[in-house]
Amino acid sequence: MVRLLKPATFLLSLLPLVWICYQIWLLQSGSGHDLGADPGKAIVLFFGEWAISFLVLTLALTPLRTLLQETWPVRVRRMLGLFMFFYASLHLASYAVFLLELDVGNIARDLAKRPYISVGFAGWLLLLPLALTSTNAMVRRLGRRWRSLHRLVYVVAVLAVLHVFWLAKSSYFDAFLYGLLLLFLLSSRVFSSAAGLLLKLSKAHF
Amino acid sequence: MLIHKKSPGDVKSSEITSEADFYNRRRLVTALGLSGLALSSSLAAGTREVHRTNAPLAGPGWLEQKLSSTATSRYSTSEDPTPFNVVTSYNNFYEFGTGKGDPEENSRKFVTDPWSVEVAGEAEVTGTFTLEDIMKPHALEERVYRLRCVEAWSMVVPWIGFPLKDLLSRFKPTSDARYVRFETLYDPDQMPEQRSRFSTIDYPYVEGLRIDEAMNELAFLAVGLYGKVMPNQNGAPIRLVVPWKYGFKSIKSIVKIEFTKRQPKTTWQSLQPREYGFYANVNPEVDHPRWSQASERRLPASLFSSNSIETLVFNGYAQHVAHLYRGMDLARYY
Repeated sequence: MVRLLKPATFLLSLLPLVWICYQIWLLQSGSGHDLGADPGKAIVLFFGEWAISFLVLTLALTPLRTLLQETWPVRVRRMLGLFMFFYASLHLASYAVFLLELDVGNIARDLAKRPYISVGFAGWLLLLPLALTSTNAMVRRLGRRWRSLHRLVYVVAVLAVLHVFWLAKSSYFDAFLYGLLLLFLLSSRVFSSAAGLLLKLSKAHF
Repeated sequence: MLIHKKSPGDVKSSEITSEADFYNRRRLVTALGLSGLALSSSLAAGTREVHRTNAPLAGPGWLEQKLSSTATSRYSTSEDPTPFNVVTSYNNFYEFGTGKGDPEENSRKFVTDPWSVEVAGEAEVTGTFTLEDIMKPHALEERVYRLRCVEAWSMVVPWIGFPLKDLLSRFKPTSDARYVRFETLYDPDQMPEQRSRFSTIDYPYVEGLRIDEAMNELAFLAVGLYGKVMPNQNGAPIRLVVPWKYGFKSIKSIVKIEFTKRQPKTTWQSLQPREYGFYANVNPEVDHPRWSQASERRLPASLFSSNSIETLVFNGYAQHVAHLYRGMDLARYY
């Protein structure tokens, strides 16, 4: 079971990509597909939803370890984090290719003028150092600083929710859903570290 | 998520007018037009044929009868209409959900017959009228209009209906009638988004026009499209079409028309006054705060060509409507 954990997670995480590739193939071959009348926009939204879903999943693993008293959740944490980066990059790339058609002027204008775009882009930029330092060698090299650096993911979570919130026109369902999930996952960390601190203090006194 | 279940009511792609049929028909129509010219010049006006779909859509008998004698209009654009399946599967009708496919999915059981419309306010004739009474004196015509959504996509839709002014004059609006206010059905049992706790829209949906806008020849009440009765997701059984304004002005499933002295509080303007104005005239020079309005994606877009075209002032209808706004600062009254 334990040996299958990583390959199984890897294959499952690829399923959204497989599905969208299949839809694109259907679309390009002129058959019925599920991408609608504006397939470019549908693809951008699809990757965005999966990026934020992987963000929620990744952040859920540490509390899950505490809850289950098992270590397997954190063994796939790095992989899921990298998939978050993968889908966030596809989200950004498909936005640039399908919606802005790689027009540099357009991209620059959008980044400067549209706050939800700048917030989303900032979130992706913050993911870059995390993805680059995800190798075993980097973990060893950075030592304690690796953990502090990777706390940036909490900032990314806030930016991602802001990005979704700013995009909404009238229905805040998605924004609320992701906002609540991430609030819950972040506050569980605050609680557990506060509890840890209290425990330390009480041990020091007695 | 983009996973859609197909249900038995779905229109198969084989039922949609193929491009080849469409062009063949055009050739035929052109040929008829030419022979018509030879016969009499008065026939030349009828050179166009109403666009039709084979989709299994049917309304009440009296409406079907009216639909069978639909004329074409000189206000129609000659641009190719957006395919029927796109017009009916990519909709903003938030009462049935905020996803583009939600209205089609969630409006299948929407009851639009019987239907009545309340007429109220500053007019000599007011009261509640059945849809049949509302439509009785009006001959139906097809108008192929451009539809520009505030979200920067657009379509070309062959609507069927009658001029709004012809209906409004029947109620003899008084001199106090300076605006016309429209209301969509409020029925949370049938319209799921009206029950949503996450929606910031205060239903029922309300839209409005200045009386001179409402009396403009282009303002249109549509009861069908592509030769058939109006599909539920497009605003059945009767909806407004104001082609020179952003799509959200063209209110759907109308149950109330009211003549008012004061400018009505409209839904999107109340929700986000910085982003959506009362006038909402299509204007490439006034950006939405969150995106540009200079261009639009003409649907259906394909993957590597977004079908992007320049947006025209008043959506290309300036010659008919620009005079309504003479002397107004359109950047301020957006």
